[in-house]
This record gives sequence, C-alpha cells and structure tokens, in this order.
Amino acid sequence: MKKFKENLPGHIFLLLALSSISALALITGFIVVRGAPIITDVGLKDFAFGMSWAPSLEEYGIFPMIIGTVAVSLGAALIGVPIGICCSIFLSEFAPPFITAIFRPAIQLLAGIPSVVYGFWGLIFIVPFIRDYLGGPGLSILAASIILAIMILPTVISISEVSLLALPKQYKEGALALGLTHWQTIRIVMLPAAKSGIVAAVILGIGRAIGETMAVIMIVGNAVAMPESILDPVRTLTTNIGIEMGYATGVHQEALFATGIVLFIVIMILNATAQYIVSSGKQARGKERQKS
Amino acid sequence: MKKITAILSLIMISALISACNGGGGSRTSIVVAGSTSVQPYAEFLAEEYEKLYPGQHAEISGGGSSVGINAVESGVADIGMSSRSLKDYELDFWSTVIAKDGLAIIINPGNPITNLTREQICAIYSAEITNWSELGGEDRKIHVMAREEGSGTRSQFAELVMGNIRITPKAIVQNSNGAIKQLVASDLSSIGFISLGVVDETVKAIEIDGVPASIANVRNGTYALYRSFLFITKEKPEGMTKDFIDFVLSDAGKELLINEGLIP
Repeated sequence: MKKFKENLPGHIFLLLALSSISALALITGFIVVRGAPIITDVGLKDFAFGMSWAPSLEEYGIFPMIIGTVAVSLGAALIGVPIGICCSIFLSEFAPPFITAIFRPAIQLLAGIPSVVYGFWGLIFIVPFIRDYLGGPGLSILAASIILAIMILPTVISISEVSLLALPKQYKEGALALGLTHWQTIRIVMLPAAKSGIVAAVILGIGRAIGETMAVIMIVGNAVAMPESILDPVRTLTTNIGIEMGYATGVHQEALFATGIVLFIVIMILNATAQYIVSSGKQARGKERQKS
Repeated sequence: MKKITAILSLIMISALISACNGGGGSRTSIVVAGSTSVQPYAEFLAEEYEKLYPGQHAEISGGGSSVGINAVESGVADIGMSSRSLKDYELDFWSTVIAKDGLAIIINPGNPITNLTREQICAIYSAEITNWSELGGEDRKIHVMAREEGSGTRSQFAELVMGNIRITPKAIVQNSNGAIKQLVASDLSSIGFISLGVVDETVKAIEIDGVPASIANVRNGTYALYRSFLFITKEKPEGMTKDFIDFVLSDAGKELLINEGLIP
C-alpha cells in the first residue's frame, strides 16, 4: 500500500501518457474502419491508380490527387529547401549575434501565422501574379508550391540550424587549423557531418507540405485532372478531404476517409524515414567519437 | 448505411431537445432536417421565428434532401427540407414551395460576351469549347470554375444545364459561392455558376437563351435556371409545425427570404 502511494505520481503520469497514445489509436482506428470498406469494394488498385474521381457517378480514383500531392510538395521542397538550408548556415555560421536575435524569433513567427492567412495572401498576390505574367488560371501547382515553400521554412531552418550547432567544436576548429577557409570548412566538413539532421529537416518539411490543407485549398485550384504543366490546377489528397467533406454522405464520405488512409500512410513513411536517418546519423557520429 | 447514421443522429438531437424541454404541455420545439442548400435560410428563419415566439425552438439540421424526406417519413423530423422535386413514390407527403433559388452563370465584367445558350454553356463545361473566340469573344482560353461534388449548387447546375454530360475534370473547384464569385471577379477568362442571390456588381450574370438572369424572370418562369425549395411534412401540418410554416410563408417570412436573395 505504501509502495503504491510512493508510485502514485508515476501511475498518474502513465495514465495521462496513455490518453495521448489512445487518441492516436482512436483516430487511426476510426479512419481505417470508415475508409477500409470502400478500398476493398473498389479495389486498392482502382482506388489508388484510378484516373477518375466522380462520387456522384460512383467513380473513386485518386491517382491524379496523388500526383498533385507529389507535385506540390516537391515544388515546395525545390523552392523552400535551398533557401532554408542557406538561411540556417547563415544563422549558425555568419550572422552577428544581433542579427540572429532578430532572425530567429522572426522565423518562429513565420510558423505561427495561421495557414488560412497564407492561403488568402497567396490568393490575393501570388495567384493574380502568375495569371498575369506566366499564364494559366493562376490557381496552380506553382502558386501552392511557393506558399508551401514559405510555410516549411521554419521547420527546415530550425532543424538544420540545430544540427549544425550540435556538431562537435573540434570539427570546425580542426578544419580551420588545417588551413581551410571558413566556407571550405562549412562545405567540406560541417555540411557532410550534419547531413543526417539536414535530411531529416527536409523530410519533415515535406511532411508538413503534404499535410497542409487550408492554404492549399485556396490556391491550388482543386481540379481532379492530371496536370500538364506547373501552371495547371491540381487537387491534393488533403484538399480532396477538405473541399468535399461538407456535403459528403454515404459512400462518398467513406471515400474521403479512404483518402485519409492513403495520406496517413504517406506521412507515416516519411516520418519513419526521417527518424531512421536521424538515428543512423547519431549512431555513426557516436562510433566516430568512440574511435577518437 | 449513412442514412441510418444521419437518422440516428437526428433521433439523438430530438431526444436531446425533448430532454431540454422537460416534456409536458404543448410542444415547444420541432425538428427541421434535409437539404444543405435550404439549411442556412431555414436557420435564419428559425432565429427570427424564435424571436417572435419566445420559448419555442426549431432545430435545423442538414444531411441532404433525401435524408430530410426519410426523416419525415420515419417521424424523426417534423419538417423535411428539399431542394429537389419529390419523386413519384414521395408524392403522398404534404409539401409547399417556400422559395425559388435562381442559378446565375457568371463571367468577368470585362468579358464582352453577354448571352449564351444552354448548349453553349454545356459545351464549355464539358471542355468541348475551350476558347472564348469560339463564342465570339476574345482569343483567350476559358477558365472553367465549378463547385465541389456533393454541393447542391453543383447538382442543380448539372441537372439544369449538363443533363447526362459530365463536367470536365479540368474545371477548377471551389467550395463556396463566395470563392467562385471572387475568382471570376479577378480573372478575365473565367466562367462560374453561383446562386442568383449572391450575384453583385463585381461579376456579370449572362443571359441564358436571351433571357436576363433576374428575380422577375425567375418568378415569371422565363429564366430557365432555377430550382424550388420545398418544406415537406408527413401529414397536413398542425401545432407548432403549422405555426412555423405559416411564419415562413407570411409576408414577414417572405421579406426575410427576399433579403437573403431568394424568390418566394
């Protein structure tokens, strides 16, 4: 009895920890239970690789949306990752302290802007700009990629900056002592050493881009057709759920849950990859340290 | 399956309401369920009704026209809302048209086109015609805007204009009248469809087969693109159900609907 009393805080914390895990289990279970029937009815192949999405005609193919998701997220990564990594190098290596003191909170603030505001801004500025100067309807892969690139910056910058700052001081000091310039040190020694952290930052950034819904709905056009250029509108997996959930009933609603399952799997694979890369990077560094 | 869940949730809602009222005495609450197109107007009407008759409550819920009609049949809802006409096997219900809702085909005010036939609109939305020059306009690719699957406005458009022809998957999809209107207002090459009630000067509602889109032309039946909103009950309405329907059909109710852009 006394022992139980002593362990009481532990039990309470266990209970609370379990509640967060059970939320995950509940959500996963619910999505699978609601979405699985249609995947088995339509067939996984026809669902995932079907070209036509028309719930009113009982056609449930989400392949154009998978392509849309991939296109938009890749576009966001192509624009956002180079900027993000350069920014993190600048902050960790070049910036004087007073600039870091301004930049770091400013970037965190970027993460705090609600996604609907990003979407609205994109709709008012980016979409007309693309329509007037590049052609097409403006609502496009390109518009969504630009907005998402800005939205993933905080993730990419802060994680790569942390991984650069976490490198042992000897790496940099040794390289400089051997006569490398500052830029050579960054390029030849530090970036390769921080590789696992930076790759994780990129993957988590892409994960954020894939999961984003509200901003994307407003600027991506949501057309369920295969895009022919980056100026074409597409629909992503998230916007399919977001745009149609309001009125969906019956099988249509199940099909949206099934879209959720596919999205869930994609994001889980990405997160698992990111974690694997981070942990393998840590192990490699640990071994190196043991050797020295 | 979904209908069952919808009806179950209606049962729960009505159970909740009757629990709140504590039972006893004459009924002070009714359940109105059905079309999501009618729902916002019904909610608005219910609000005004409750102001006029304090202590009475009309609970409005969506689900779709068919769900509403089923709910009336099973007794879960007192009034069903429908934005489609009744099917043959549903004709024993008592029903009344509360309002008509026009559908406007809109383009950018900078576009010189003023009139299209229904066939031409159908050709645009099936991607048979893809350039405004084919319709006598400027040489610009048409940007087709549509509502999402499941939306009442989309099914209304499909029924009235497209028939059995499919809306092109290349159409840009937005999930509100407002978003479509905003895009059409900013894009010279676009075409969209919205409820007639929300048309304003930022967009141009085109004439259909030579008939201008106006409330008067919906009322006299010359403008072809409109649908009727129905209230449906199982029996001839009485008690609070009758009071609510009478209020909706009264001059005060009509005025509210006109202000909301509908045509009583």
